[in-house]
Amino acid sequence: MKIVVLVKYVPDATADRQFESDHTVDRAGVPGLLSELDEYAVEQALQLKEKAEGEDVEVVALTVGPEAAAEAVKKALQMGADSGVHVTDEAIAGSDYLATSQVLAAAVRKVGESGAVDLVLCGMASTDASGSVVPAMLAERLDLPQVTLGSVIERQGDQVRIKRDGDTSTEVIGATLPIVLSVTDQSGEARYPSFKGIMAAKKKPVETWSLADLGVDAGEVGLDAAWSKVEAAEARPPRTQGEIVTDEDGSGATALVDFLASKKFI
Amino acid sequence: MTGRSPFELFAVDTLLDDEERAMRDAVRRFVDERVRPEVGGWYEAASLPVRELATELGDLGVLGMHLEGYGCAGTSATAYGLACLELEAGDSGLRSLVSVQGSLAMYALHRWGSEEHKQEWLPRMAAGEAIGCFGLTEPDAGSDPGSMRTRARRDGDDWVLSGTKMWITNGSVADVAVVWAQTEVDGRDRVRGFVVPTDTPGFSAPEITRKMSLRASVTSELVLDGARLPASAMLPEADGLAGPLSCLGEARFGIVFGALGAARDCLEVALAYAEERQVFGRSLSAYQLTQAKLADCSLELGKGMLLALHLGRLKDAGRLRPEQVSLGKLNNVREALAVARECRTVLGAAGITQEYPMMRHANNLESVLTYEGTSEVHQLVIGQALTGHSAFR
Ligand SMILES: Cc1cc2nc3c(=O)[nH]c(=O)nc-3n(C[C@H](O)[C@H](O)[C@H](O)COP(=O)(O)OP(=O)(O)OC[C@H]3O[C@@H](n4cnc5c(N)ncnc54)[C@H](O)[C@@H]3O)c2cc1C
Repeated sequence: MKIVVLVKYVPDATADRQFESDHTVDRAGVPGLLSELDEYAVEQALQLKEKAEGEDVEVVALTVGPEAAAEAVKKALQMGADSGVHVTDEAIAGSDYLATSQVLAAAVRKVGESGAVDLVLCGMASTDASGSVVPAMLAERLDLPQVTLGSVIERQGDQVRIKRDGDTSTEVIGATLPIVLSVTDQSGEARYPSFKGIMAAKKKPVETWSLADLGVDAGEVGLDAAWSKVEAAEARPPRTQGEIVTDEDGSGATALVDFLASKKFI
Repeated sequence: MTGRSPFELFAVDTLLDDEERAMRDAVRRFVDERVRPEVGGWYEAASLPVRELATELGDLGVLGMHLEGYGCAGTSATAYGLACLELEAGDSGLRSLVSVQGSLAMYALHRWGSEEHKQEWLPRMAAGEAIGCFGLTEPDAGSDPGSMRTRARRDGDDWVLSGTKMWITNGSVADVAVVWAQTEVDGRDRVRGFVVPTDTPGFSAPEITRKMSLRASVTSELVLDGARLPASAMLPEADGLAGPLSCLGEARFGIVFGALGAARDCLEVALAYAEERQVFGRSLSAYQLTQAKLADCSLELGKGMLLALHLGRLKDAGRLRPEQVSLGKLNNVREALAVARECRTVLGAAGITQEYPMMRHANNLESVLTYEGTSEVHQLVIGQALTGHSAFR
């Protein structure tokens, strides 16, 4: 069985995040890391590998991103993935979801050339853009069924049962592999890379592919091909202090009611 | 106002490679999540959940991490040092547990043991399922281990061990003890090492209680009352004091880094506290006298780190000499203790409480100053290297 886990390299949320002059996220100037939400996907892939007794399960970590994005693959390898793929090309910078999913789909297909891909695992969203749409777009492009927001995954052969946590209900979905599956942060704590994992990762194979390697036309991706553009971005203004009602003459309650009414809360 | 951390000031990260940073971060996260919330309680109660911690540290891969094979991670010595630093930022007791397991007990088996010793013990010790201790010091033989009285006597093919070891870390919780004893070879005494399973009849390890230092660490006496061992229990490759001394060299190396962890923790707390604390209408950290303290402490911490990393690189290149380890151990423990005390003053009365780590670290460092070669012993080692005169006796 072959699992591809999508891992995104995102700016560290604890650092100062910046936009570039074209209003894309600055990915070079700030420290980055493997998106925390993707760590859950890596963890689920590794658990499937560990639970598959006697069966050979290969976990491939795939990232699309600038040079530094190799860090995200490395982290996944340190956690226990078997090999990595890093798709990087100047022309990809500024790609929207449609273009990103196109590149990812081409990469998954290429990974599949050396043995069919049974499962594509993703996080529920990235911690920087938070779009959550890439798994669905990727499933469409690969012509595969998709299950999103899984919290528990059980597999028997090519059958999987996925617990899916929705806003109003919990569903249990049965599916036949291959599928595209996204998992939530409720799916189970991601492991620390152990020292043996860190040492072993140094020797694991990582392939670096360009758009040409994938047969994707550079004109179809990148900022210029994006379907939407950010025209302006500014930092949220600092929070202003709220109004303090001091009740000296018994008018406090009225003041509160007036306030709530003015905001249409009552 | 927020400023730079002392290690950032020295751009320490630029001296580390990716793997070293990843391992350091993994240990730091473990300490933050698992140790920090509880260590004050362990210290106060003078008890450490050694078994639990050992398996967790084993999962992480810290135990015997710089050894090759037998379930060990096989990292660089520098990475091992960085792990010691992060562990000791939690507590010197935790680092002691790891030092004794990895550098003393496991190293002794790895370096001097038979293939059977290694197969039997190392994988379980690396996983934290078996705990080891190292018995060299005796009630009347500390800095001068050659004067030890514990004796291994031949009886047929067996060895029979009698004597008492003192101040042995992990003693009461160990599954296996590496015990050093005098043997008689051709009418002359020779120190040899023995692998003693702690369920051997005649072996007991009462805990030493009422310590004022390293309270979150198990310290014990080892009593060998005619403990009978098969011929195979002797470490075949270690003949003479060079055996145990080589192990001490390993553990001392870890302490060169480790002590800096305790100092860094104190300094970070002092920096944060001084920023928050208002005195005479301003933040304490805005006063020149406070800044002089913080600057001096950062300087010592950073210098110590540069020294540690230099020694680490020498060790990884196989070129580290014992007197160089002495330079590092002497300087870094001594300065860490001075930093802990200075940082304590920044907190005033709050600094003497359990709420803050300074007194705990400072108390711990008193032990660290003494074990693995006292400061005086290291001065003598360095003095001998400089002058050619041995002033030990
Ligand atoms: C918490 C703790 C844990 C320990 N864990 C272990 C362990 O796991 N295994 C183990 O084998 N040991 C362990 N030790 C023992 C430690 O290694 C010894 O305490 C240390 O070697 C010093 O020996 P001593 O205490 O007998 O002091 P002594 O050797 O009696 O020294 C007393 C003083 O005399 C000084 N001195 C000694 N010789 C000279 C000299 N020639 N010239 C000038 N001054 C000198 C010393 O520096 C010291 O200041 C531990 C100790 C502590 C405190």
